Amino acid sequence: MLYREAGQFKTDYASDQAIFPILQDRIGLAVILAVAILLPFANNDFLTNAVMIPFMIFTLAAIGLNLLTGYTGLLSLGTGAFMGVGAYACYKLTSIFPNVNILIWVLCSGFFAAAVGTVFGLPSLRIKGFYLAIATLAAQFFLEWCFIRVSWLYNYNISGAIEVPQRTLFGIIVTGPRATAETRYYIVLGFLVLMTWAASNVVHGRIGRSWMAVRDMDIAAELMGIRLLPTKLLAFAVSSFYCGVAGALMVFLWYGGAEPTVFNINQSFTILFMIIIGGLGSLLGAYLGAALIFILPIVLRFAPEVLGLHIHAATVEHITYITTGVLIIFFLIAEPAGLARLWQVGKQKLRVWPFPY
Amino acid sequence: MHMLYMIFIDPFMQMAQAPDLFAQTLWDGLVAGVLYALIALGFVLIFKASGVFNFAQGIMVVFAALTLVGLHDAGLNAFLALALTIGVMFILAFTVERAVLRPLVNQPDIILFMATFGITYVLIGFGEYVFGGDPKVMPTDAFYLPKGAITYHTLGGMVQFQKLDIAAAIVASIMVAGLAVFFSKTRIGRALRAVADSHEAALSVGISLEQIWVIVWFAAGLVALVTGIFWGARSDVSFALEVIALKALPVLILGGFTSVPGAIVGGLIIGLGEKLFEFYWGPLMGGGTDAWFAYVIALVFLLFRPQGLFGEKIIERI
Amino acid sequence: MKARHLFVGLACAALLGAAALTGVAQAQDKIFVPLFTYRTGPFANSGIPIANGMHDYLTMLNERDGGIGGVKLDVEECETGYDTKKGVECWESIKDKHPTVVNPFSTGITLQLIPKAAVDKIPILSMAYGLSASAVGKDFPWVFNPPATYWDGMSMIIRYIAGKEGGFAKLKGKKIGFIYLDAGYGREPIPLLKDLAKDYGFDVKLYPVAGKEMQDQSSQWLSVRRDRPNWMIMWGWGAMNPTAVKRAAENGYPMDHFIGVWWSGSDDDARGGGTQAKGYLALNFSGLGSNYPAIQDIKKYVVDKGKSQVEKDKFADTFYNRGVFNTAMVAEAIRNAQKITGKKVVDGADVRKGLETLNMTAARWKELGFPDFGTAIHVTCDDHNGHSPAYMQQWDGKEWHRVSDWIEPMKDKVMPLLDAAAADYVKKNAGWPKRSEACAKLP
Repeated sequence: MLYREAGQFKTDYASDQAIFPILQDRIGLAVILAVAILLPFANNDFLTNAVMIPFMIFTLAAIGLNLLTGYTGLLSLGTGAFMGVGAYACYKLTSIFPNVNILIWVLCSGFFAAAVGTVFGLPSLRIKGFYLAIATLAAQFFLEWCFIRVSWLYNYNISGAIEVPQRTLFGIIVTGPRATAETRYYIVLGFLVLMTWAASNVVHGRIGRSWMAVRDMDIAAELMGIRLLPTKLLAFAVSSFYCGVAGALMVFLWYGGAEPTVFNINQSFTILFMIIIGGLGSLLGAYLGAALIFILPIVLRFAPEVLGLHIHAATVEHITYITTGVLIIFFLIAEPAGLARLWQVGKQKLRVWPFPY
Repeated sequence: MHMLYMIFIDPFMQMAQAPDLFAQTLWDGLVAGVLYALIALGFVLIFKASGVFNFAQGIMVVFAALTLVGLHDAGLNAFLALALTIGVMFILAFTVERAVLRPLVNQPDIILFMATFGITYVLIGFGEYVFGGDPKVMPTDAFYLPKGAITYHTLGGMVQFQKLDIAAAIVASIMVAGLAVFFSKTRIGRALRAVADSHEAALSVGISLEQIWVIVWFAAGLVALVTGIFWGARSDVSFALEVIALKALPVLILGGFTSVPGAIVGGLIIGLGEKLFEFYWGPLMGGGTDAWFAYVIALVFLLFRPQGLFGEKIIERI
Repeated sequence: MKARHLFVGLACAALLGAAALTGVAQAQDKIFVPLFTYRTGPFANSGIPIANGMHDYLTMLNERDGGIGGVKLDVEECETGYDTKKGVECWESIKDKHPTVVNPFSTGITLQLIPKAAVDKIPILSMAYGLSASAVGKDFPWVFNPPATYWDGMSMIIRYIAGKEGGFAKLKGKKIGFIYLDAGYGREPIPLLKDLAKDYGFDVKLYPVAGKEMQDQSSQWLSVRRDRPNWMIMWGWGAMNPTAVKRAAENGYPMDHFIGVWWSGSDDDARGGGTQAKGYLALNFSGLGSNYPAIQDIKKYVVDKGKSQVEKDKFADTFYNRGVFNTAMVAEAIRNAQKITGKKVVDGADVRKGLETLNMTAARWKELGFPDFGTAIHVTCDDHNGHSPAYMQQWDGKEWHRVSDWIEPMKDKVMPLLDAAAADYVKKNAGWPKRSEACAKLP
């Protein structure tokens, strides 16, 4: 009913090729943004601190991995370590140059992650598929070992962890324990929106198309004049950049300190789940996947309590595991192309409703 | 200069000066290699027959061992418990085929890979719910696993062979030999190889894919059970064992995803390389190198021989 | 059709989620004691007995005394799985429910929570783990880590070794190996160990064990065979402990020269090594066995009534008692808080004062039904730790036995390191708040 495009005429190519050609989509997006901006006024710290901020950070990392795995077709299991590179780079930068604004360093730390990612992306010229995935595991474990072993990285702290100093932006405290949840929320939201926008432009442009060409058939892409090595390395670099920024945000605006174990292999797997469940090669998929994989277990954990059921904490944890596993399999069977595809199907159905097609 | 000496000369001097320790390192490396190879074997079996990269192999090891110990602790006779565990692994294989593989047939590899993560989660939750999270001690006596060690005072010191490790090596060899015979001599084994070569061709000559999948998952379950028994006897049976699955991945690169002998040889190379490097070169870097060294071997290896030692040539590569 | 079902399902899930996330207000007629526990994950073997001990002691207080000061305790477990992410989630989920004190039971989680404690006004009690530097009360008013820091523990072990060797002078030229979990927890004692090595002239050999290698450790123990250290010290946790004990026994290391810290001395840890583990030593600061009136009360009021999750044969084992020890401190702090503020239902800010006045002498332990159970703890405004002594326990193949007197830590060596570490922490965390809380005093 409401979702009809009848009467919306396109009079030039630009509007026809827009990312959101339908008016209702644009309205929907505006509503979502408005809700996102108004959310902190709900004044629920748990919602902002433990749900929304991590959700947005994971989304950012998932977008990063999706650029590599979903758009370029290179499977990587080093995401956690690349996030770690971002976090440690940001920590070093802000402790060496404390006067430079922290947000600049968060962005810069992405470049360090990009550099490291490019180096570990080199084998992608020779191998792909699961072989490449295991090769990226080398990055994961080697970097994790460095985070533990190279004391310089954590300023020789005895605890072996990195701690977040207090930093301000225009006189407002943005990092450290005294930064309010709202401030941190808006900063993460800002990063997410801007970087999603940037990613959307990249994937719809020349670079994104060359990535997808490589993904769909590398030999054909090469014949069309796409140079494989630079294209693949660029994908590694951009992807690691996103992951690095996500890692820096994670430590500076969410955790407020981190041990190396935060960036372990499970982190890499979690983010890979997000993009597979959400939909490979879809930015929307990164959002949906992060929502399902991150928020669902939280809901499952705290739902029994809210519903007044007294189940033991450990039992809840077991049930959460089982349910998450079953849901992963269920969604894969229902729609192997991911939640983003499901969303598209739903939209298509709405457009022609009440007719089946 | 000193650094170069420490890297290129000193380790070999140490090997020559203390041959007993060198021999011991070799033995430890071989044992570790056999155990890695056992896990890798589970991966290879499933990958060969169904093209699924089964990440759940690690948790299957834990699950099988827990079921065994759990049943034994519940007062069952050891061999009855063993039989029941084998039954449980069969039910697991059957359920996985029905609930996961069949609906997902012909999906891209990565989707099936993801589905095995789903299986992992379910098994973790279910296993902890049923057996609890605390570690169990593997009743080695009940299974007539040998205890103690054989010690030789030779080479200017002593070399020690844990009887358990010897048993592990023997059982692993028997199992590999058995699998090799099974693959080449039996009807099901040949059907299995046909499936590995081409699903369509196998179907067209009347081989039931579903049946074959149940069989390979069951076989992988048995391998997991054996792995679980030996790893469990070496430390404890607990969910911490799950991470050993990660140890099998570099072995797979080295040996190739589809080669049973490759898994064995790869396992031995990784085990030996890792222990030798950690023992002789690790101290230079502060130790703890065994966390990543295997992957570096694998990575270097990949650059020269992407299909692995015995892998098939038709590997996806540029 | 299928798609529609899916959407209905999703909508329901979303509704449920929204309901879960809005949280619930709690009636304030109970004292809320959250317990961060882990009964799942790779460290569950160490986590389960502690969780049972903590839960059962507080439940016993509810059943026997009707709570503390006539107010029932609201005990709620939050499962962390030893995972930092879930730990922080737990913190966010309880912080608006007026929690009295948080026991994170993971060094990683503690490190994350320390900066949040002062902001959210919730004290953290990290019993002999966490950040050693947080013992300095003037910099960390909201964090408490009694009865001893890791540095105290290391100095006690060295003192014990010196005693066995026949004096500190005899340590010269000896070789001491240190095998540890390669994480912040295991690495923390290294600076002190190196300092002591310099002072007393012994050699230190380090054997890190990566988290992934916990269950193998063959290279580490082979290196031990090569280096032949006179003594071995272990800082292990979870599955690392039983494996280490097993490997040590296999390699023929003399077990009575192998000493674990208090987190490497549970029954499961030693049992893994079987009879060969006989002689293995570990530090401990809480009592052994069930032969205490209060522990018997737990049995009577909680375990026998089926209100506990503990398995019969694991009741009152080492780590269970460690959990009881932890909550005995919590209960005492709540009592102190009630005395100081005069309120019945206390919150985090009150219990902070209670913890700061914690003074558990031998006589006080006895009053509580724990004669000779725990080490004496005296927390003050400046010293949030107490640097209490611990004793050495030895495994006889079946159970632990106490084999030493209380061993005093070397405070003169520990304190300078501690102050320097705290100053360093404050310096690196620019904008660390100055202490504004007045020193608490018992009336």
